[in-house]
Amino acid sequence: MKVHTYEKAFLAVGLAVLLVCGAALVYATAVQGIHLPGVAGRIDPRRVYQTPPFNKPGVREVGPGHYQAVIVSQTWAFVPPVIRVPVNAKITFIATTVDVIHGFNVEGTRLNMMLVPGQVSRNSYRFSAPGEYLVICHEYCGLGHHTMAGKVVVEGAAADRAGGDEADDDGEDH
Amino acid sequence: MAALTPVVVNPGGYDLPEEQRRLLRWMLYIGYAALTAGVFHGLANALSYAGISILGWFPGLKTYYQGLTAHGVANVLIFTFSFANGFLPLMTARALSRPLDRRFLWGSFLALLIGNILVIYAVVSNQASVLYTSYAPLQAHWTYYLGLVLVVVSTWLALASMLVNLRGWRREHPGARIPLLAYISVASYLMWFLASLPVAVSFLGFLLPWSLGLVERVDPLLTRTLFWFTGHAIVYAWLLPAYVSWYAILPRQVGGSLISDSYTRIVWILFLLLSIPTGIHHQYTDPGISTHLKALHGVLTFGIFFPSLATAFSVIAALEIGARRRGGTGLLGWIKRIPWGDPSVAAQLLAMLTFVLGGATGLINASYTMNQVIHNTTWVPGHFHMTVGTAVALTLMGVAYWLVPYLSGRGLYSRKLALASSWVYSIGIVIFARGMISGGLHGMPRRTFMAEATYFQPEWRLPGILTGVGGTLMFIGVMFFFVVIGLTIVAGRRGEQPQDIPVSDTLTAPALTGWEPRLDRFGLWFAAAVILIAIAYGPFFLSYSPAAVSPGFKVF
Repeated sequence: MKVHTYEKAFLAVGLAVLLVCGAALVYATAVQGIHLPGVAGRIDPRRVYQTPPFNKPGVREVGPGHYQAVIVSQTWAFVPPVIRVPVNAKITFIATTVDVIHGFNVEGTRLNMMLVPGQVSRNSYRFSAPGEYLVICHEYCGLGHHTMAGKVVVEGAAADRAGGDEADDDGEDH
Repeated sequence: MAALTPVVVNPGGYDLPEEQRRLLRWMLYIGYAALTAGVFHGLANALSYAGISILGWFPGLKTYYQGLTAHGVANVLIFTFSFANGFLPLMTARALSRPLDRRFLWGSFLALLIGNILVIYAVVSNQASVLYTSYAPLQAHWTYYLGLVLVVVSTWLALASMLVNLRGWRREHPGARIPLLAYISVASYLMWFLASLPVAVSFLGFLLPWSLGLVERVDPLLTRTLFWFTGHAIVYAWLLPAYVSWYAILPRQVGGSLISDSYTRIVWILFLLLSIPTGIHHQYTDPGISTHLKALHGVLTFGIFFPSLATAFSVIAALEIGARRRGGTGLLGWIKRIPWGDPSVAAQLLAMLTFVLGGATGLINASYTMNQVIHNTTWVPGHFHMTVGTAVALTLMGVAYWLVPYLSGRGLYSRKLALASSWVYSIGIVIFARGMISGGLHGMPRRTFMAEATYFQPEWRLPGILTGVGGTLMFIGVMFFFVVIGLTIVAGRRGEQPQDIPVSDTLTAPALTGWEPRLDRFGLWFAAAVILIAIAYGPFFLSYSPAAVSPGFKVF
């Protein structure tokens, strides 16, 4: 099979672009510590409000500068609808659903999780700027889907450092 | 230069028996009718992002999401597969100069027809407003699941009619290479057959019995993962019939030739191997799936980009060969000599240009951590309206400009209106995609009735307006198409139709010795694809213990 010189060159450049893009992703994950949600446990959707930590939805401090935000989703609301967290602290969001699939997307951040019945979703984030962040359900969940929203209020003085990500590895998100 | 090799057995022509032509023609008509019906809802969805609700104009429509379900199901499931069911068997029969298997063809047609009737009933009666992804535990009426299963069965029967055809031909021609047009047509649907099995298991094994009340609960993560097991490869099942046209028909339409026979076959083999083990990149933000597996699927998704890169080279080279044969000169000056005035060619060229942007945005979707920024925002429909919504849909519209005349025996009604359709549609998609993509970067959610949402961000205003304007132009483009095709069928001049399918040729003939004949051993490559799938999906299915936790919810 004869492959044209131009074709070889074209494909070589294309492959190089793919490799560079791939390397950037490895950098983002390994060095910058940006992670996807992974396996974070299972739950019976019928017993969400009886199962820790979802029996007490809301924010609690779990260590120095480390907070847990526990959120339950249901048609068509987040419980609690508004949460308050301090700026610059590591916030681990733990969420699930009692009925259909919902989404949990915090506007202006990379926090983006699907909430699937029977599964616990978890990801961490550090807000570096105070203010109000809109939270929306971004998976179709029925007739009232476009009314399902909440809010994260980030309180405290603005941070000196930029960027919302750093090695926020919980060590169990795999 | 060596002699040119046709992509079919007999370049002189071949006519299918009239009964088979009629069946294929009606499957195509079902597809184009679904396209037209679906874009009415597309218009309503796009305008909703501009803050305008026209739902009141749709008699009987109860909710935005009912219309969104109709849009998705009609345009990406019914339109694409009805077209492929008509087109791929026709190409196989033409390539081999043999009639198709009559029973399988009838079976395919009837399954498609009955499937459509069931799905239309379920969607129109608002008992299936679950969107085309059908995520449990939203529960549709059983006719919806059964109808979609029948649509999938119709594709299997269409494949069977092609395989019987191919097997007969190979028996009579031992040692001969499969003509290229038959090869790529059969390979397209072989890939889809393998890809469709997980969603068939999900629907037949879980969702259909659950909707009938035979089982009470299902596991939403399991059915969702089975959906995406099929759900990325499905986009290649939509794309490959368009690629068949780009590789084997379009070069002839522009007076060019395809550069390499083997290269083309390798591209299809790569699609067979890599389309399926990539589905989890649609579930990057899902719980319950390990990040390692997500990363593996991300790498394989980058791999599937490669055959499309190769396609870009081959197809543009074929265009350049044609333009130079027509007197084109210069580094880029030849582009003017492509017959832009041929509506079938113009539609496909515009489809390809849009696909460049569609492919690039797709690579971003696949980009693991970056996906978190855009997952389930309007970025995603911005992307796929440039791929399936334009690269595929506009190509299939372009194909209709010769295929409908060829099958109906009537000349194309209005060349000018057909040309206008493609240009209006293309200008529309660029504006629409600019709106959706920029809105998505600001978190504007997809699948959401924005005209009545209880929240809003100021950054969404301009993107929403662009989405509405672009979507309106796309709608007008399809309406022009509908008028052209409708008038062609009822009022086109008899005798002005093309007498044969415009089949291309290749500069290099398929080799009869060495390793290349092994490319024709579909069984071998099919087995290799199964092994790769086992590697990519095995870790999930071996480690995941399903828990049927969810009853059905009908909250629509």
